[in-house]
Amino acid sequence: MTTARPVGRPLALLALGALPLAVMAVFFVLPVSGMVSRGFSDGAGPVLDVLGRPRVHRVLWFTVWSAAAATAVSVALGLPAAFALHLLSWPGRRVVRAALLVPFVLPTVVVGVAFRQLLGESGPLGFLGLDGTAAGIVAGLAFFNVAVVIRTVGAAWESLDPRAGEAAAALGAAPLTVFRTVTLPALRPAIVSSATVVFLFCATGFGVVLTMGGLRYSSVETEIYLLTTNLLDLQAAAALSILQLVVVTVLLALAARVRVATAVRRTVSRPRRPRRGDAPVLAATGLLLAMVAAPIATLVVGSLRHEGHWTTANYRALGTPGTALLVPVTDALVTSLRTAVDATWMSLLLGGLVSVVVTRRSHGRAERRLRATFDGLFMLPLGVSAVTLGFGFLITLGSFRDDPLLVPIAQALVALPLVVRTLAPVLGGVDDRLRQAAASLGAGPLRQFLTVDLPVVWKPLLAAAGFAFAVSLGEFGATSFLARDEHPTLPVVIFRLIGHPGAMNYGMALAASVVLAAATTVVMLLVERLRVPSIGSF
Amino acid sequence: MRKRALAISIITTLALTSCSLGSGSDDGAAGGGSDRVVLVTHDSFNLPKELKTEFEKDSGFRLVVRQSGDAGALTNKLVLTKDDPTGDVAFGVDNTFASRALKAGVFADNTPTGVPAGAEAFDLPGDGGARLTPVDDGNVCVNVDTTWFAAHHMTPPATLDDLTRPAYKDLFVTPGATTSSPGLAFLLATIAKYGDGWTDYWTRLLANGAKVVDGWEDAYTVDFTQGGGNGSRPIVLSYDSSPAFTVADGTSTTKALLDTCFTQVEYAGVLAGAKNEKGARALVDFLLSKDVQAALPDAMYVFPVAQDAPLPADWSKFAVQPTKPWTVSPEDIDAHRDEWLRTWSDLVSR
Amino acid sequence: MLSLSHVSVSYDGHEAVRDVTLDLADGHVLAVLGPSGSGKSTLLRAIAGLEPARGTITWDGRSLAGVPTHKRGFALMFQDGQLFEHLSVGRNVGYSLRLRRAPGRAARVAELLDLVGLAGYADRMPATLSGGERQRVALARALAVEPRLLLLDEPLSALDAGLRERLAGDLRRILQAAGTTALLVTHDQEEAFAVADRLAVMRDGRLVQEGDAAQVWAAPVDADTALFLGYAHVLEGAAARRLLDGTTLDQRDEPRVAVRRSALVLDDAGPIRATVAWARATPDVVRLVVVADGIGELDAVAPLDRHPGPGEPVRLRLDATRLAVMPGQ
Repeated sequence: MTTARPVGRPLALLALGALPLAVMAVFFVLPVSGMVSRGFSDGAGPVLDVLGRPRVHRVLWFTVWSAAAATAVSVALGLPAAFALHLLSWPGRRVVRAALLVPFVLPTVVVGVAFRQLLGESGPLGFLGLDGTAAGIVAGLAFFNVAVVIRTVGAAWESLDPRAGEAAAALGAAPLTVFRTVTLPALRPAIVSSATVVFLFCATGFGVVLTMGGLRYSSVETEIYLLTTNLLDLQAAAALSILQLVVVTVLLALAARVRVATAVRRTVSRPRRPRRGDAPVLAATGLLLAMVAAPIATLVVGSLRHEGHWTTANYRALGTPGTALLVPVTDALVTSLRTAVDATWMSLLLGGLVSVVVTRRSHGRAERRLRATFDGLFMLPLGVSAVTLGFGFLITLGSFRDDPLLVPIAQALVALPLVVRTLAPVLGGVDDRLRQAAASLGAGPLRQFLTVDLPVVWKPLLAAAGFAFAVSLGEFGATSFLARDEHPTLPVVIFRLIGHPGAMNYGMALAASVVLAAATTVVMLLVERLRVPSIGSF
Repeated sequence: MRKRALAISIITTLALTSCSLGSGSDDGAAGGGSDRVVLVTHDSFNLPKELKTEFEKDSGFRLVVRQSGDAGALTNKLVLTKDDPTGDVAFGVDNTFASRALKAGVFADNTPTGVPAGAEAFDLPGDGGARLTPVDDGNVCVNVDTTWFAAHHMTPPATLDDLTRPAYKDLFVTPGATTSSPGLAFLLATIAKYGDGWTDYWTRLLANGAKVVDGWEDAYTVDFTQGGGNGSRPIVLSYDSSPAFTVADGTSTTKALLDTCFTQVEYAGVLAGAKNEKGARALVDFLLSKDVQAALPDAMYVFPVAQDAPLPADWSKFAVQPTKPWTVSPEDIDAHRDEWLRTWSDLVSR
Repeated sequence: MLSLSHVSVSYDGHEAVRDVTLDLADGHVLAVLGPSGSGKSTLLRAIAGLEPARGTITWDGRSLAGVPTHKRGFALMFQDGQLFEHLSVGRNVGYSLRLRRAPGRAARVAELLDLVGLAGYADRMPATLSGGERQRVALARALAVEPRLLLLDEPLSALDAGLRERLAGDLRRILQAAGTTALLVTHDQEEAFAVADRLAVMRDGRLVQEGDAAQVWAAPVDADTALFLGYAHVLEGAAARRLLDGTTLDQRDEPRVAVRRSALVLDDAGPIRATVAWARATPDVVRLVVVADGIGELDAVAPLDRHPGPGEPVRLRLDATRLAVMPGQ
């Protein structure tokens, strides 16, 4: 009996998936497993022993509870803000939405210093006594991640059918009861999925724990850093890396479970004008805004002062090499922009392919499971320490380890999860029969994509590009561990400026940070104008 | 229509910056080749362009600088890649990490020519300049804000013991030993002074309100009263050169406490298995040359090892080097670093 | 000519289509009729090249194995049209013409829109159309390919009853006018009867009966098929013999008879005695449920001027054109 197989389909998908898989294998799996296997050079025993150390238990416990607390705070602060920013219409809300994302993509060095100037003992908010406390760490983590909750939940909230709530109200439910009994259950998938991601970011947060905690606290991530860069205790680092990977994998699996229930609807209800009853929500949003604005305002003010005077000298100095730098900051900005362009097209290419592969209709359960695994694989960079990756590049990539392209590649990997999670829901929302109709009209695979997918996906694609661009602009962790030639990116230059004494260096660091923040905000505003549903939602 | 304009503007932005791919750098990729010499170093390395050009002209080799991470990360990377080094020369391994690198066999023997007077004093004990060549040094010292103490009619502290006195409660801030290299140096200073009693000292220090933060930039720019921000602590762990950067109206507002210092020496060495050994040796020699030695203070905020190298005016006036810094032998550091750091970390995190 | 030989399709070890063998000659319209889950849509997708299938599918004797969907020359039309929302009606219809760079596109599009009764709609956007109009556009778009075979997946199911009936008639007229060979998949026997001239009935993945529409209609192969084709009851044994008593119809030993709801007509001279259990007037006839002596419960009809009440004894006549005698088992 001959086989009449619709040809090419599995093969074509395999071909589409091959490039991202190969990139992932070479630039993620290989380096990470290379580092981890060094830890196992004396067998598994010593690695397992590490897990028995009391210090490891303490570190693990702190990581889990601080991340959980920060997640709770993010959700509590994010819910009212999601409502105020997505369902109410008031002037400037788009700018605010864009601005709230800025801390999410700014390098921690910068915001960390600004944050501590505000909350530190002598800062204007020093009376809160948050500096060097666990509460300070939780606040910092929440500050960085609340945008994720706002965007994901806000997008879901926008697309909720308001009639269910209206029906409940007609049945005599008070607004709060409506929220509790109708809205909240409908939002639950979005809340759970954003909470999972926030937990993930918090549990792998690095800079915040160090900056806000003043070394009083160690998380798994900071411990891996210490073990790898300082103590060269690769066994312990391997043990913690594996632990972290396992936790992250479990979390991602959970997130994927929830995600199944949340297909993207592209209907968006019109925002309404605020009413008096919205006052508490608006107040909470205002508070959140102040939380985000204050450190950034500190940056701006600091950048405009030099030796006690208001001046633009710090900005003017950006065009000169200064004393601590080989290149002027403006050159670093150009390098950053170029690197970001590379990182953007790479992450779009890879993320686009991954999204196409994971959203095509599956034939059979096995294929579906394979796709889900494929999807999950590309989320894993979220859960691996930049140190492990950076050192892994060094020992596994042979002569390619010094290639300048490694920086954009590493940044593309960091941005990849965001790109996939922006594109996949939209592509998944496309009825596969539309593609089949096009095929039956004589359109080949490429033409099908142009006719059916591209019209739907071009805006999310641009939005994802903006996201990847902004992430790349602000990326510091992975970049700083890679061998670079004499073309440092802006965050690296800022880090160097702020790491040297001298009032001018400090002022220039702040000015450069403001430039970086401004560039990021502009990119985010452009993304915002595209009005893509659930961008970057997980 | 507006959307189209938006799309066009985005595409234009991308196009404007899209000479990308490799950021226009001169073939950073590709393996060896003896026409160039590759220097592997940490993030703080800084060599003025003129000097780079000078080296390239004199030696005939193109100089490629690859930098990332701090001294610790640099050393560990060198150790991990010792069978297949990422360059020809390493600069920036300091006396706290040198033993690890030497033990792992990272460096090849090298006797530089034209070693300036005074440099031998910085040779790593046990190596005697056979593999590692000292290039610069700097001391990590406790610094005080003299204006603050004058305004408060108080005498600034002078010794490590002073820091635990109630008069100075809540006034000291230091970067952590596990996260910053000056922090580690300070820990070593206390170990040198107190021996096994260092844990007691740290317990007292912390009980007296000493603040431990992530990095030097945190301590100096955020918490220190003279650091650009508006900090509240007038005692900070910094360098002996720092007072040269707080000069106002002809006098420095800060002072380094010379009884609290630990010397950090940075070394250069030819990597074992270097592809361009000749170039590597030439580069080490070059780092000892008059021009480089003279440029070090301004470029990297460190003192040259060459006795006769000229110092910037503010340095000769305000950056005073200690005569008897605390020392711990490299072997000791290498043998106990893990244990010390873990104990310290447990003390601090409680 | 389309030929299927021993075609099977499996999903996760479950056989959705089992060993189907079928021919469809040029110019004919075949309706594949079956309840949901019978595998009929899977069969259509396999023919379109959207599902991997075992067995052979050929067109004019040439195997289609290895020919991707877009090269088979079979147009597909779904129940909800699947129009390209960002393209105008005219550009939707002209889509395949543009792909082939066919000359005289505008004229051809106008002609097709005229054929489906949407002349002048070329510049409208799909979002502004009603459900029926969307289906007409989808049909015009599919016909524009001049497909060797038009595959229709429940093309009218999403429409309301009145519109469906009208569109079914139009569909048949349009397909005949275009001389298109078509394969239609539906669960609605009336739609199948209105559009197709050939009928294939599927159940549990198997093809249970296939042939000329009227012939399949008149002679279902078994009870389930009969019930699916709209027969109200299937009688067996004594009841069946009793019903056929006094007719010239085939009387075998074990006859089985499928009866439509209108097979028994109230007639005071009729041979069958029964008692009315239930009666209700409709605009055309009075519908009855009766208990016939020696047969059991059956449907019957009465003219509008007669309206017997429950419990009333009546006599009934059998309309032999409204029943089907099936071979016994």
